[in-house]
Amino acid sequence: MNMPLQHKTPDARVEQIIKLAIMAVGGQGGGVLTNWIESLARSQGYACQATSVAGVAQRTGATIYYIEMTPASDQQPVFALAPAGGDVDILIAAEMMEVGRAVMRGFVTPDRTVLIGSTHRQLAVSEKTVPGDGIANAEEVRAAAEIASSQLILADMDRLAVEQGSVISSSLFGALAGSGALPFPREAFEDAIRASGKGVEASLRAFAAGFDAAQNREAVSEPEAEEPPLKLVGPAKEMQKWQALVDRAQALPDPVQWIAQAGLMKVVDFQDCAYGTTYLNRLDDVIARDSADKNWELSAVAAKYIANAMAYDDIIRVADLKTRRSRFARIHDEMGAKDSNLVELTEFFHPRAEEIASMMPARMGARWEASPGRMAWLNKRFNKGRRLRTHTLRSFVMLHFLGGLKVYRLKTRRHEVEVAHLEAWLRDSLAVLEDDYALAVELLKNRRLIKGYSDTHARGLTKFGTVMGAAALLKGRDDAAEWMKRLREAALQDPEGKALDGAIKTVRSFV
Amino acid sequence: MAERSFKAEVEHLRKGDGDVFTGEGILAITKALLENGVGYVGGYQGAPISHLMDVLADAEELMGELGVRFEANASEAAAAAMLAASVHYPIRGAVTFKGPVGVNVASDALANLCSSGVNGGALIIVGEDYGEGSSIMQERSHGFAMKSQFWMLDPRPNLPSITKAVKDGFELSEASNTPVMLMVRIRSCHVTGSFATKDNVSPPLTVKEAIANPQSDFNRVVLPPMSYVHEQDKIKNRWPNAEKFIVENGLNEVFGPKDAKIGIVTQGGMYNGVIRALQRLGLADVFGNTEVPIYCLNVTYPIVASEFADFCKGKDHVLVVEEGQPEHIEQMLGNFLYKAGAKLKLYGKDVLPMAGEYTGQVMLDGVTAFLKKAAPDMLPGQVRAPNKEAPAIPDLSKTVPIRPPGFCTGCPERPIFAGMKLVEQELGKSQITGDIGCHLFGSLPPFEIGGATMGYGLGPAANAAFDGGGERRAISILGDGGFWHNGLSSSIGNMVFNKSDNVVMIVDNYYSAATGGQDIMSSRAKNETKATNNPIEKALKGMGVEWVRTIDRTYDVGKVRDTLREALTTDFRGPKVIVASSECMLNKQRREKPLRNKAIKDGRRVDVPRFGVDENICTGDHACIRLSGCPSLSLKKLDDPLRDDPVASIDQTCVGCGNCGEVADAAVLCPSFYRADVVHNPGGFESWRAGLRNRIIGWLQKRRDGKRLRLSGTAPAAPSGAKAAPQPPMGALT
Repeated sequence: MNMPLQHKTPDARVEQIIKLAIMAVGGQGGGVLTNWIESLARSQGYACQATSVAGVAQRTGATIYYIEMTPASDQQPVFALAPAGGDVDILIAAEMMEVGRAVMRGFVTPDRTVLIGSTHRQLAVSEKTVPGDGIANAEEVRAAAEIASSQLILADMDRLAVEQGSVISSSLFGALAGSGALPFPREAFEDAIRASGKGVEASLRAFAAGFDAAQNREAVSEPEAEEPPLKLVGPAKEMQKWQALVDRAQALPDPVQWIAQAGLMKVVDFQDCAYGTTYLNRLDDVIARDSADKNWELSAVAAKYIANAMAYDDIIRVADLKTRRSRFARIHDEMGAKDSNLVELTEFFHPRAEEIASMMPARMGARWEASPGRMAWLNKRFNKGRRLRTHTLRSFVMLHFLGGLKVYRLKTRRHEVEVAHLEAWLRDSLAVLEDDYALAVELLKNRRLIKGYSDTHARGLTKFGTVMGAAALLKGRDDAAEWMKRLREAALQDPEGKALDGAIKTVRSFV
Repeated sequence: MAERSFKAEVEHLRKGDGDVFTGEGILAITKALLENGVGYVGGYQGAPISHLMDVLADAEELMGELGVRFEANASEAAAAAMLAASVHYPIRGAVTFKGPVGVNVASDALANLCSSGVNGGALIIVGEDYGEGSSIMQERSHGFAMKSQFWMLDPRPNLPSITKAVKDGFELSEASNTPVMLMVRIRSCHVTGSFATKDNVSPPLTVKEAIANPQSDFNRVVLPPMSYVHEQDKIKNRWPNAEKFIVENGLNEVFGPKDAKIGIVTQGGMYNGVIRALQRLGLADVFGNTEVPIYCLNVTYPIVASEFADFCKGKDHVLVVEEGQPEHIEQMLGNFLYKAGAKLKLYGKDVLPMAGEYTGQVMLDGVTAFLKKAAPDMLPGQVRAPNKEAPAIPDLSKTVPIRPPGFCTGCPERPIFAGMKLVEQELGKSQITGDIGCHLFGSLPPFEIGGATMGYGLGPAANAAFDGGGERRAISILGDGGFWHNGLSSSIGNMVFNKSDNVVMIVDNYYSAATGGQDIMSSRAKNETKATNNPIEKALKGMGVEWVRTIDRTYDVGKVRDTLREALTTDFRGPKVIVASSECMLNKQRREKPLRNKAIKDGRRVDVPRFGVDENICTGDHACIRLSGCPSLSLKKLDDPLRDDPVASIDQTCVGCGNCGEVADAAVLCPSFYRADVVHNPGGFESWRAGLRNRIIGWLQKRRDGKRLRLSGTAPAAPSGAKAAPQPPMGALT
């Protein structure tokens, strides 16, 4: 081909253009950060251009801002309006999954990109609606970010800002300054904040926190938990009984001990030391059938789920927890209330006939539950939303009274139902133990499916029944435990149990 | 008032000769309008030109001084119709809306306007909502120019070029008696930069002066036989005049060497992207001086055949860079070349994709592909034979969740959809159509309510096929913005006239909220220049709707549920309309937060509500989230070794709207939620009473604690090895 033009070396000045992208969640203040960076660049004698994609996409959705800058001259440089994969020098991501999105979109490359990200999570709707644990794996993102970036600064920028009474744009701006990725002095950054004129002092404090985080990368660690460790406290007489239980738990096989102590604390807090003895007795029955061969896995799992099953969520427990002194103090703290403020509390209760009947003495409760007419009458009388203002004496005393009904609890209909359910679950789970240890472990773990209140609780029980029932189908197969686990995971994927139905169908297809 | 105030920026609009304006593209357009003696402006908000409407509204005082009339039109059709003033009067007018959906709505008026032709310059500024950040179907406005014969400007995306296009647009319009559309893309609207300003100019003839001397001419009316004359006039006079003006004034630009064998024809709006690709390939310098000749179409319709032929002279290969589909420009250029018997090879949608935004990577790939075929020697060696293997970066596509837009924290629309969801759980799924507005987020998880949207204000109309009734009533959703835009006549009127038996849920949040909180007819705010506070119920009654229910606090989920249930089950025959009203939280917070902070500072009693979750009562089933999706209602993993699943948790961004408590109650979920009202500056009696209560409560608590064991502190960290193995991620199960 007869070409009059030949390739030339790229213009070095093109390489000098600093390309900076900000990926944020709508509402995080990405626009403010963009404005600061822009005015900073202009104040330092740079030609600068910023763009964004505003609009409805910004309402809590993933959003992006883009800035290019280069030393100003008498001619106007041509800047691009959007970031291009492999061509971004600085990438600021205001949330951990946005860090991941930046990497995924190719905006972070090892040859050039300084990646400044906040490790805090603002969960996407899809992560939150799963009945089980649908939270995305931040470690995978961190690992990918380490490979993809040329320089990585990760810290909880949201916490750093909030601690200073500011918002994340300030701490990110500080981290940008601290990273040294822009050729401007710290004072110039701070001047840009001052020039904007809004909430300057708080912004500067958060800026400093972000700056330090970027400078002392190694030193930045999550705050150490300052809270005292969990323990049981109470009158000396009770503590003696408690100590006896602890001694008994400490004699358990090693792998079971720690979880059994946690379980023990939970059930004693739920009821009393005698109840704790019942817990250890139940656990002993399982341990007796277990052995060190499997590292006591069955017993450790049983220790966890027997405790959960015994500490069921009845009205007495809820009322007790709602009226504890520690709760009032905790809420006061969480709400950031000062001593001069008052804190008023409203609780949202909605008792139905089922809850009322479950509080009756066992035989009476069973009779009422069996009678639709009586249940309808109860619903008419009780089934409505009740807002209890627990800072007032009337409501507090009522809940306090309910929370004090522990002495009566073991006689209630609810307790009878729970015990029967627990025993059936233990029996069914351990029934397969001789043939299939792993399956027995998985069956015990199915207890995880029971949670929630009212309808949610009922749906959980149904799913639990379905999954437990599948044991009959799977028994005798080598992969029975594996499939049992999959069924449980399927049950936790959606509330209606669609995934579970599909999984059960799959199981039926091969048995 | 609008979400963003431009009061401070508006001052920049007063700059004059010798000054430099630095700011956003949209603001620059406003300034250019004033510099070019515009006589009236109007439009309808919508991304990406919402801010243009906000700037105009905030600049009303300045415009008043200049004698410029500003109208916040009721719809895009109304805005386009307003340009009728330029048909007879020599007054420059400009309107703005988003494209292509706004152009769809405006097309009736635009077609009539184009047939009549204009005397004064008529400019339609369209924010083309295409590509990343767009909220609408992906189409082009270009086709409208071709069908109605108006001219289309697509300037290079920098402030001097955009502001020059305003001037060129008016002049071109006047020279050819044709309306001109100035198209700006999303990023151009928000691009920042500088340009040299000129003094503002009052219109030579203001609308106030014009109306003193009314004019009419039946030759301009679209009726036969004049309409036939109009068509001939478009082709024989207006079009040639336009081409002449374009060529003589050099509206299109040519860059780069004259004698090259290859070249690129690009839409003006794509120019920076083309240059960036060339810069990355070493074929252009930082200022855009290019080795590859570029014919930059700042006017994308009409295309001047002679100018294009000049550019092609001596070239063997030409690339057309044209974003979106169909490829109108490429087809036209191909047509020119074929008819001229040219031999050169034309590239376009073969090396660049037919659909989708031309992002940096797409453009680089496209230009590279073109050069590989047309001039491989120009490419850097690395591109011809890449030798460096890129490091493998782990695939995160299965890890990173999608993050579509959704309801804001405290949004008053959330409880409406929670109530609708409860009715669905009770009565079964209904046929539901959505509308345009924030409420369309209701079609996304967690609610998934509504299966179609046919256009602004057309929600109920989209259910018209079901107006005849059947086993179950259909529901449609309509926002207050959509109601006043088009819904009142096209949707409500349609239902009444056709004796529909269906149900409409009107979501009234006091603003045109999705577009940035502009006031509309039923807004509750007092607006100096607009008539607000016109209740929707009154309009409904006036239209003949008999069954109307109003819910004046949408956070009352139980009431929403009961009212909707009644609408679906009542014996009443005829349209049933529920008006559910509460103020957009984004705007409410913006309005109230400063007042609240001031009141606290001044020592007045202020009650600040926020919600919380008792984490030891929450069982981690997340049922509450499935009826909310609120950003402030999230999850938290506990350290407790006995717990498997994360529990609900409310962060400090909660605005205390009440949805959580209402849903927990209405859906009978669980007692974990509580509302904490922090009372600032409580009164004397109140403090005394609280002290007394606390003493009694404290005594009761202490007494009980003296008798029983209880947990204190937080869960211990697991000893190494003892902690249960982490739960496997929720894998997809096939």
